[in-house]
Amino acid sequence: MTSPSENPLLQTERVTIRFGGLTAVSGLDLQIGRNELIGLIGPNGAGKTTVFNLITGVYQPTEGTILFDGQSITGCKAYRITARGIARTFQNIRLFSSLTVFDNVRTAFHLHLQGDVRHALWRGRAFWAEEKAIATQVLELLEIFHLEKFRAAPAKSLSYGDQRRLEIVRALAARPRLLLLDEPAAGMNSSEKTDLMRLIQFIKGKFQISVLLVEHDMQVVMGICERIAVLDYGVKIAEGRPDEVRRNPKVIEAYLGEERTHDA
Amino acid sequence: MTEFLQQLINGLAFGSILALIALGYTMVYGILRFINFAHGDVFMLGAFAGFYLAPKIARVLPTPSIGSGLAVLFAAMLICAAIGVVIERFAYRPLRGRPKLTVLITAIGVSLFLEYTGQFVFGAAPKSFPRLIPDYPIAHVGGLSVTSDQIIVLSVTGLLLVALRFIVLKTKIGMAMRALSFNPEAAALMGVNTDIVISFTFALGSALAAAAGILFAINYPAIDPLMGILPGLKAFVAAVLGGIGNLPGAVLGGLIIGVTEAFVSGYISSTYRDAIAFGVLILILLVKPSGLLGKKEVEKV
Amino acid sequence: MTFKHAKLLLLAALLLSLLISLFAGRINSYVLFVLYAIGINIILAVSLNLINGYTGQFSLGHAGFMAVGGYTAAVITNQFGDLNAFAAGALFFGALLAGGLLAAVTGLLVGLPTLRLRGDYLAIVTLGFGEIIRVIFQNMNAVGAARGLSVMHGYTNFFWTFGTAAVTVYVVTALVHSTYGRGFIAVRDDEVAAEAMGINTTKYKVTAFVVGAFFAGMAGGLYAHSIQFLTPSGFNFMQSIAIVVMVILGGMGNTPGVIIAAILLTLLPEGLRWLAGIPSLPGIAKAYPFAWVGNTRMIIYSLLLIGLMLTRPQGLFTWKRRPILPA
Repeated sequence: MTSPSENPLLQTERVTIRFGGLTAVSGLDLQIGRNELIGLIGPNGAGKTTVFNLITGVYQPTEGTILFDGQSITGCKAYRITARGIARTFQNIRLFSSLTVFDNVRTAFHLHLQGDVRHALWRGRAFWAEEKAIATQVLELLEIFHLEKFRAAPAKSLSYGDQRRLEIVRALAARPRLLLLDEPAAGMNSSEKTDLMRLIQFIKGKFQISVLLVEHDMQVVMGICERIAVLDYGVKIAEGRPDEVRRNPKVIEAYLGEERTHDA
Repeated sequence: MTEFLQQLINGLAFGSILALIALGYTMVYGILRFINFAHGDVFMLGAFAGFYLAPKIARVLPTPSIGSGLAVLFAAMLICAAIGVVIERFAYRPLRGRPKLTVLITAIGVSLFLEYTGQFVFGAAPKSFPRLIPDYPIAHVGGLSVTSDQIIVLSVTGLLLVALRFIVLKTKIGMAMRALSFNPEAAALMGVNTDIVISFTFALGSALAAAAGILFAINYPAIDPLMGILPGLKAFVAAVLGGIGNLPGAVLGGLIIGVTEAFVSGYISSTYRDAIAFGVLILILLVKPSGLLGKKEVEKV
Repeated sequence: MTFKHAKLLLLAALLLSLLISLFAGRINSYVLFVLYAIGINIILAVSLNLINGYTGQFSLGHAGFMAVGGYTAAVITNQFGDLNAFAAGALFFGALLAGGLLAAVTGLLVGLPTLRLRGDYLAIVTLGFGEIIRVIFQNMNAVGAARGLSVMHGYTNFFWTFGTAAVTVYVVTALVHSTYGRGFIAVRDDEVAAEAMGINTTKYKVTAFVVGAFFAGMAGGLYAHSIQFLTPSGFNFMQSIAIVVMVILGGMGNTPGVIIAAILLTLLPEGLRWLAGIPSLPGIAKAYPFAWVGNTRMIIYSLLLIGLMLTRPQGLFTWKRRPILPA
């Protein structure tokens, strides 16, 4: 499966962003199929996180369009894009540090609330019923990821790996159809990485969603991704199955170039 | 036309005082990214330093004269530079790296402390500032009245700006200041002594504020412990208007605010004068939040 | 804290303040006046806590909203002569609401353009807005400009003051203790992450500003009908700072702490005065519990503020952040 289905979940068309004179991402065409696990790799500074920020509306593209489920989300605000069904995690963990583990997940349920301010103020039967239903779902999610024992602990008190998992849980609570994971393996040891790979595949199957994974760690990317796109200096230089990408001379050059500068 | 020129000159004189204060805000913001709320009160202390020094200097130098005026100016600048360093050392340095708002609230505390200690020590009633420099008669051209005090304000400001430019661009410590405001981590790694540079920045900014205080007192010779509040706020607005962290911007902003105020009080109503600066602030933040000469910053995610 | 019996508690608080109000005639009028000041400061501090504490914005313009509410309510009640108790109550309630609503509209006007600003920038701009509001009143001849405005009726009583305070505490707490309201804290903790979780941060910030301004406006109305004389300078930014200090002393986002701080900081100047042996006659003492004037007290006050920031920036009454358990 080198190209996604006829009806991609996400499609970027000639997406370009410039910061002053710097073109961070240039003419990017990327398709993500339904229930597909795709990896986005590239040397440092290739523009991977910028692609995330473009898809999730943190940055607006200078040129090009982004379609989600056939509809344009170009120029939409971040919270609207999340409401459409794209959720993400962050490279440098961004949990709500003063809230508990439980509340971190609960905030994401905000999107699916029936009631609004008036419910919260009146605190009638409908309000309590909804809060109770949300609490049940939050706990279910936490249980799946073995975080329920920490539910009352402040998010920042968790271990690094647990914080990363909590970020994934929080993103899932927004009930996305596309989950964007930004370097989830960063800072993990190899056994944690193996767990993470299993977890990502489990999520994809259990929630029937697509996953776009930005990752530095080749072991993880090559191990689980069905398809990989490679960015270098904001340009997509290769795309295909893991074994194809691994042999692609352009990819090898981009990475070797990086190692050479590292050695220097 | 005469009226127009008159207001322009009045505006430039007050604007250059604001510019001197604004420089202190913008330098500190450029390096520490925080609003030194107490800066306006250092301006007040500068005026009071002049008030108490003038009689002492009058015993040594003939007063009023240009010599005694300059002596008072420099002495007040030195005293306030020291005060600025002390404030930074004891109130702000222990909070370095803490949340911005903690530091801002501390700065508000320092500001209140200076104001009310001022009221306690100097008395709350306004004091009349002694004449340091003789009032040279200046020819009145076609109804235009320019006082020698205004000329002094403009020329002293000009000289101080040249001196500041030299310090920031040509000296080693000025280079370190710029490096620190550009990238604090890199500057520290390259061997810049952060503490010394920050102390120096506070000294420099406070000295300029003291000069502004003396110039203000020469022009509007009633001083009181709360005199720094409004000019301080206006000067901050000037710094934002010019693009905070940008030195020429602070000067430009100060002059624009000063001139705008003069025109509004001359042509519309002087009671609205104090709201002008804030109106300008809100406008600039709506239209161009980075200020006239500032650079836009992209938030890293 | 599940906040489950909140409505009952609110009802109890309202009844209790009504009951005390009926016996207020037996309370020394100076004590009563200080009590009103406490209630008004609780409203101001708790409503500001929604903006500064829970939502993490930094407003230094609360006195401006208070001024809008105070002048509005005073102008309305001044149109009427002496009324019977029931009509006066209805009129006062309407005037307070009108003041609150106009302040809320002002809050909206302030909130919208300032939303992209953060931290200290926002603080200065809201301070600027507060000062602009003050200068406008200073130039408004219809309300006496700088000379001030006499408020004919002393309608403020125990019921209105503490009833409004109870409603303020209820609204702020109820808002925050809900899935919807967790959004306020999410905005405070990390705006980018909050947006990524589907939270419309702009709407939350405006909501906080509007709700906070509404109650500040109500407090302004109560203040006007307690002190019975309004001057624009009574709403300068020193007053805003005094409210901010209550929030900081109590602990940002800690409503019980903020209430304690509001009480203490209202009583403190009274206590200092009592220690100094200055007689507290109601006639002379008016305005006193509200305004932090006077030198030595202000010096102590400012040193307190600096010391607090250096040693306990989380506030005096926040020992440790209690994890908030699910409902």
